[in-house]
Amino acid sequence: MAAADGPSAEARPQSEIIAERLHMVAHNHFPASTGVAKVQRLTAGATQEIWRFELVQDGLETPLILRRSPGGLRRVASSANVGLEDEAALLKLAAKAEAPVPKVRHVLTPEDGLGQGFIMEFVAGETLGGRIVRDPRFADVRPRLARQCGEILAAIHRIPVDEAPALRHSSAAELVDQWRASYEATDWPRPVFEIAFAWLDAHLPPPPKRPRLVHGDFRNGNLIFAPEKGVVAVLDWELAHVGDPMEDLGWICANPWRFGQVDKPVGGFGEREDMWAGYEAAGGDPVDRDHARFWEVFGSLRWGVMCAGMIPAFRAGESVERGVIARRASENEVDLMRLLAGNG
Amino acid sequence: MQDEPRPDEILATVANFLKGTATRETGPHIAFQLRVAANAVEICQRQLTLSPKADAEELARLRALLGMDGDLMTLNRELARRIKAGQVTLDTPGLADHLWATTLAKLAVDQPNYSGYRAALAERGQV
Repeated sequence: MAAADGPSAEARPQSEIIAERLHMVAHNHFPASTGVAKVQRLTAGATQEIWRFELVQDGLETPLILRRSPGGLRRVASSANVGLEDEAALLKLAAKAEAPVPKVRHVLTPEDGLGQGFIMEFVAGETLGGRIVRDPRFADVRPRLARQCGEILAAIHRIPVDEAPALRHSSAAELVDQWRASYEATDWPRPVFEIAFAWLDAHLPPPPKRPRLVHGDFRNGNLIFAPEKGVVAVLDWELAHVGDPMEDLGWICANPWRFGQVDKPVGGFGEREDMWAGYEAAGGDPVDRDHARFWEVFGSLRWGVMCAGMIPAFRAGESVERGVIARRASENEVDLMRLLAGNG
Repeated sequence: MQDEPRPDEILATVANFLKGTATRETGPHIAFQLRVAANAVEICQRQLTLSPKADAEELARLRALLGMDGDLMTLNRELARRIKAGQVTLDTPGLADHLWATTLAKLAVDQPNYSGYRAALAERGQV
């Protein structure tokens, strides 16, 4: 499929074209509505675009979010990322499993002329991790967040794998090998990463009792929080896969997602034991401490390799940020040293 | 001999300009990028100042640890190879101390305000 925005895309502002096509989507798929308003782009991500607009109905405006592939181009789901249609299917399954997610209102069809993607509810709240861990608005709810994250993860892991779209299956050993290949592709020696890989190889957990649907990027920064309710939505399902559910419980504890609150392992706001208790109480499999620790070390190493992998993108473009992110790989080295070599 | 000011002085001034005047005179999107740019300049400034000594110390430790000579890249590749092959582990005398010293020296350049670095310094009684 060619660029959905069509040949006129360069001549007219993109927002005008999007607004016009969203108007048609409203007409065709939201029959009670009278159109759309206030179409604005929220992000300019490399893998997706996010637009916010208002659906107008009886003089009232309902905010909605459009997630679509960049420029409306069809994106082939890579081996690591699920496609946008699959992400919409996962959101629907998550809602059914009673995990808090934005409600999917419409999955784009070719006739919509907007490319690949979907329209979902706008969920009001805060996503910036630094504010969640420090802002006084969250002081009252903060002590409850770790347990709540455990409960939500239990709900996500209840999603029936056989109802989900086809997702890659990844065992712990396969994931370690996959990230070792990424590290080795950087062709830059990192003795601390080597220590971490050796440790992971020596501490591979037994296969889970049952492989589960793993969110893959469940962390402070991908969650929407409200001051009274705590977590109100889980976002960014593009790294979902089938595997060991403990991976999600380890990843949210990696130090970069603590936003400076090193002594609050869960997202910078809570304790591991509270998250595990919430997870088990909500029906999750019993949490083994060593097993959870494996995934925490894995998470730290994974983020380190991701940072180190920014070098080619930095050299290919003009983004200073990518170069600075590459220099953050050493942050994960100190985190790994604290985890594996003594104090911490 | 190059004249004054020194490169580290120039970079410090550029970083201050980016964080100060330039940020005040611009919009929020560019302001974020200016902060990132200032951060990048400060990394270079710290590297110029700190790396000569840190690199020399790292090289001396690697030579002693590996019992061979070579430049930093060669010796780090060899250390990585030996760890991967299981010939060297955290129980090998000197390795943990070497990795700690090297890692802390890297962080002093890359991100001296990183929470994990501050915590490690405190835990090791270095602050």
